[in-house]
Amino acid sequence: MKVVVPVKQVVVLDDEFELLPDGSGVDPDGIESELNEWDTFSLEAALQLRDAAGDGEVVAITVGDEDAEEGLLAALAKGADRGVRVWHDELQGADALAVARVLAGAVGRESPDLVLCGVQSSDAINSATGIALAGFLSLPHVAVVTGIASDGSALTVERELEGGLVELVRVSLPALLTIQTGINEPRYATLRAIKQARDKPMEVCSPADLGIDSAQLAASIGARRRRLAMPDRGGGAEIIEGSAADVAARIATIVKERMD
Amino acid sequence: MAGILVLAEARRGELRDVSLELITAATELKARAGGELAVALIDATPERYVARLAAAGVDEVLTVRSPVAQFEPHVSARAVEGLIERLRPTLVLAAHSIDALGFVPAVAATGGRGFLSDVTALGWDDGPVAIRGAYGDKLVAEYDFPGKATTLLLLRAGTFAPAAAGDGGGGARVTEVAIELDGVARTEHGGYREVPAGDVDITKADFLLSIGRGVEEKDNIERFEELARRLGATLSVSRPLVDAGWVPGARQVGQSGKTVKPRVYLALGISGAVQHLAGMRTAETIIAVNTDPEAPIFGVAHYGAVIDMFELADELEQALD
Repeated sequence: MKVVVPVKQVVVLDDEFELLPDGSGVDPDGIESELNEWDTFSLEAALQLRDAAGDGEVVAITVGDEDAEEGLLAALAKGADRGVRVWHDELQGADALAVARVLAGAVGRESPDLVLCGVQSSDAINSATGIALAGFLSLPHVAVVTGIASDGSALTVERELEGGLVELVRVSLPALLTIQTGINEPRYATLRAIKQARDKPMEVCSPADLGIDSAQLAASIGARRRRLAMPDRGGGAEIIEGSAADVAARIATIVKERMD
Repeated sequence: MAGILVLAEARRGELRDVSLELITAATELKARAGGELAVALIDATPERYVARLAAAGVDEVLTVRSPVAQFEPHVSARAVEGLIERLRPTLVLAAHSIDALGFVPAVAATGGRGFLSDVTALGWDDGPVAIRGAYGDKLVAEYDFPGKATTLLLLRAGTFAPAAAGDGGGGARVTEVAIELDGVARTEHGGYREVPAGDVDITKADFLLSIGRGVEEKDNIERFEELARRLGATLSVSRPLVDAGWVPGARQVGQSGKTVKPRVYLALGISGAVQHLAGMRTAETIIAVNTDPEAPIFGVAHYGAVIDMFELADELEQALD
C-alpha cells in the first residue's frame, strides 16, 4: 500500500514572544518549531498500514522552507521511505487552501492508495488543509478519524463526532482521511534511525515544478490576514499572586465559598 | 449577487443547536451585507426542521433532500455547490463542526472561494471581515477576502447566542431545492457507537478537579485522583491524557468528550485548547493554574494562578493533612 502523509513543521511561541510593532507577525526571536503533533499520529497510521500490507511505501510531503526539512527528517527517522519538500518564497504566509493547492500537485503525481493528513496543525488550527486537498484531488474523504481497519481495497474507519459519539464509515481506496490524536501510539525514532534519515531520498521542488504558476497560487488563497494582535481577554481572570502557599489558601477559600 | 446563506445541521433526528447560533450571526450582519438571509438544511427529511429554522430575520428556508439517511460529506458538498450556484451569496455561514469540517474546505478550495475556519467574530468593511485565533490561539488575527464572490466561514460553536427558534408562524418562504444527488455519496454509513460510560458521570459533579498535559507522567495521575478525593472533587481530564491511554474517555471534558457545568472547575496544567474550552466554559466558577501566563484557559477563567500544579498540590495536601 502506498500512503502519502503531508506533514507540517509548526511554530511554537515561547514564553517571551513579542509581536512585531506593525502587527504583521511575531518577532522571529520568540519562535520555535517542531513536527505537528497530529502528523505524528497520521504518520504512525501510515507506517502501520504499510507494514501490515507487507509492501508499498510511505511518502512524507511538506510545504515549507529549509527549516521545515527538520520535520521531514523526523518523519523519515520514524520510518517514512522518502520525503518531498515543496517551497518558493511566494508561499510565505500561504493559508490552508493555498498549501492544499500545492500539496495537490505533489500528492497527485504519486497516485497513492491513501493520503493521511493530521486533523489540524497545532499553530494554525484551521482543520481545513486535508479536506481541501481531497477536494483538489477529487478523492473520497473522511474527516476526524480515530480508527482504521483495512481489507486492502476498502477501509472501515471510525469518525469522531461531538460529545463522545463515534460514526463507523466505509470508504473505498484511494481515499483521504484526516487523523485525530489518540488513534495510535506514535513511535519514537532511534538514534540510529535519526542518523540514517539523512541518507533517505529527499526531493526539493517548487510549485512551478509541479505545474502550479503564481496566478493559480494567488487565486487559491482563501483569506488575507490584515492584522495580528494580542487577544482581548475581556474581564479576564483575576490573577492570584503570591507564593504557592498563598495561592493554595486562596483557592481553598474560593472553593469553600462557591460550594457552600 | 448578494445575501447570506446559513448551512444548518441536524444529526440523528435533531437540529444541532449551533444552527440557531449561525442564524444570530447572519441576522447581525444582514443589513450591511445586503440581500436576503436564507437558511438551508441538507437532510433525508429536511421538512421536519423547517418551522424551527424560520426564525426572525430569516427570509427563506431551503430544503435539500439527501438520498442518504446520515450526513455524507460528498452529498453535502454537491448540495452546497448547487445552493451557491442558485443563490450566489456573498457569505455562506456554517458551523466549525465535525460535519462541516468534513466538506466545506473542499467546496471552498475547488471553487476558488474565500474561506476561514473557527471564526469567533464577524464584521463588515466593504466585504466580510472575520476574526479567529492564531498561533495556537495565543494571538488573534483579522482577515478579509478581497476578490472573492462567495466566502465560506465556519463559526465556532458557543460564540453567538442562539436565535429563538421559529414557531411555524414566521414569514419565511419555504423552498424545496431540487439538486441531483443520487450516486454522489462516496462513503457508506455503518452505524454509531457511544463512548462507554465510565465509573463516574463527570457531568453530574458539582466540583471538578481537572488535569491536563501538565501532569506529565501517568504515574502522577494517582496523586491528583487522591487530591480530588480529599477535596471532595471529581477528577476529570483534558484530551491528551485520554489519547495517551492514561485515563478512560468517560473522564474527558471537551468537544469530543463531555460538556460539564459544575459549580467549581479547578483546571490544573490545562492550556485550554478551544475544544477543551467548548466543554467547560459554562462552569459557574473556573479556577485555572498553569505555568504559561499566555495559556488560553486564562481567557475563560474567573481566577488564575501562574504556578506549577505540583507546587500547588504540595500546598493543598499540606493544608489537608
